[in-house]
Amino acid sequence: MATLSDDDVRHIGKLCRLNLTEAQVQKFGPELNSIITYIEKLQEVDTSNVEATPQSTGIVNRFREDVVVSDGPSREELLATSPLPIVDNQIQTPSAHG
Amino acid sequence: MGNTLTITGAHQKLKNGDITSEQLVQSCIDRIESVDNQLNAVVHKNFDQALARAKEIDAAGKFDHPLTGIPYLAKDVYCEQGVPTTACSNILRDKDYIPAFDSTTTKRLHSVGAISIGKTNTDEFTQGASTETSCYGVTKNPWDTTHVAGGSSGGSAAAVAADECLFALGTDTGGSIRQPAAFCGITGIRPTYGRTSRYGVMSMASSLDTIGPLCKSVEDMAIVLEAISGKDILDATTGESDVPHYTESLTGSIKGMKIGLPQEYFADGLDEEVHQSLKDSVEVLKSLGAEIIDVSLPHTEYATPCYYVICPSEVSSNMARYDGIRFGHHASSPDDLVDYYHTVRTEGFGDEVKRRIMIGTYALSAGYYDAYYRQALKIRTLIKQDFDEVYKTVDAVLSPVTPTAAFSIGAHEGDPVAMYLEDIFLDPQVMAGIPALSVPCGFTKAGLPLGLQIMGRQWEEATILNIAYAYEQATAWNEAKPSL
Repeated sequence: MATLSDDDVRHIGKLCRLNLTEAQVQKFGPELNSIITYIEKLQEVDTSNVEATPQSTGIVNRFREDVVVSDGPSREELLATSPLPIVDNQIQTPSAHG
Repeated sequence: MGNTLTITGAHQKLKNGDITSEQLVQSCIDRIESVDNQLNAVVHKNFDQALARAKEIDAAGKFDHPLTGIPYLAKDVYCEQGVPTTACSNILRDKDYIPAFDSTTTKRLHSVGAISIGKTNTDEFTQGASTETSCYGVTKNPWDTTHVAGGSSGGSAAAVAADECLFALGTDTGGSIRQPAAFCGITGIRPTYGRTSRYGVMSMASSLDTIGPLCKSVEDMAIVLEAISGKDILDATTGESDVPHYTESLTGSIKGMKIGLPQEYFADGLDEEVHQSLKDSVEVLKSLGAEIIDVSLPHTEYATPCYYVICPSEVSSNMARYDGIRFGHHASSPDDLVDYYHTVRTEGFGDEVKRRIMIGTYALSAGYYDAYYRQALKIRTLIKQDFDEVYKTVDAVLSPVTPTAAFSIGAHEGDPVAMYLEDIFLDPQVMAGIPALSVPCGFTKAGLPLGLQIMGRQWEEATILNIAYAYEQATAWNEAKPSL
């Protein structure tokens, strides 16, 4: 089935928010293709009448009482782990518009 | 010294006043300081806090729970308030991520008086089978330091085997507890998915990740599993059912129990020593009164390719949170926000994490979703049905844990698929959501440990723990110690 070209690898890198150097495209390309060849094995199986199993426990719609539980960390503690400047209890990120 | 004890052995001594918790913690610290430079199992040390906690526990003098005053190590993905937790990734190491909260599991252990003494090495974000993808470098096998300790919970396994702690926590998504336990000659269990809470443990593949212990004996494993199991409102996938008293299920009697031997696991190419150790284990179980029955799990060969679709797909989603905003690595002077994301992630993630993000993104992208992800979920159904069928006639299933003993460091370098094939005996249980454990079952001629895998029905950890307990009582392979 599908084989990834160098351009495909560059495009996927972009979707993943990863910069790939030319050398990395040359390295990851064959590696990703070897993985894709491996997972192609799944096409051997006829699953036309088989339901998907997205999870194994069968648990659906877990509810709890709608009460505030306040034993978690504070806003200040959570903001303290950010590597970016904190201004008025908000994280100041680089501009989204350049 | 105290560090060589099992949990049950140490508990008895603490109760009798033969040893203090402080001495026990100190003996583990001394051991880490003297041998860890040969292993690289421990990546963050929490010694001062641990000693202070031990003194408090000694002062209280109450050792009612078997884990009170017992030192342990947690894999570097378990969040603990005030303790660096970096998933052995440069993306969190740069400004050591120090969580402001505890994982449910470490919280539960803390509440019964177990003492965390530090963090263990893992493949980056648990993605690997050898700890070779850790940003801190590989963990070496205590039985032969030219070989890997396995992975991803390789640091936890090596630390337990080398008596650096009394037990350790790991995670098992595609074998990451069972394989390193086997490689290092200790016991480890992957519980039923949903038995233990994932809250506060950094996610790899959310529908497959499980939390479990690595221990020096089956009884210890039952004690820890009982303490960490059960419903958690912070993890909606945890099961409602009551947690059995696992220690009480260890009767050691398996007479009349039916145990399946799946023919698909003994295909050509299985290492001769691995095969022989399994045959020997079968004879032991027969002599204990178990009935061994040949069974078939026809979709076994598809479990690992299924895993390497579902896992990277979920990885690509879970790794999206590492964008340099709320925690971790950051980039200076970016052009804009998108450039910032690119730079942070490119600099922060290692190659295996990048590969999985890219494969997952590809497999989930328009036009490929049905062919890969949905197809894998359907085959998962077939794998689950195989087990449902087999468990109509048997109580448990046996197999090797790994195709060979621990491989040499660097053996799979540059060949990701060869590394993935390390999981072939460990992914079917993951797809089916059933529990499985590894118990030591001998050594190769070269002196490397081997593990026996025992898998059970969903939610029935008690049965496989008892089989493992009976086996361990009859063989005592767990008592062998590496010399360091």
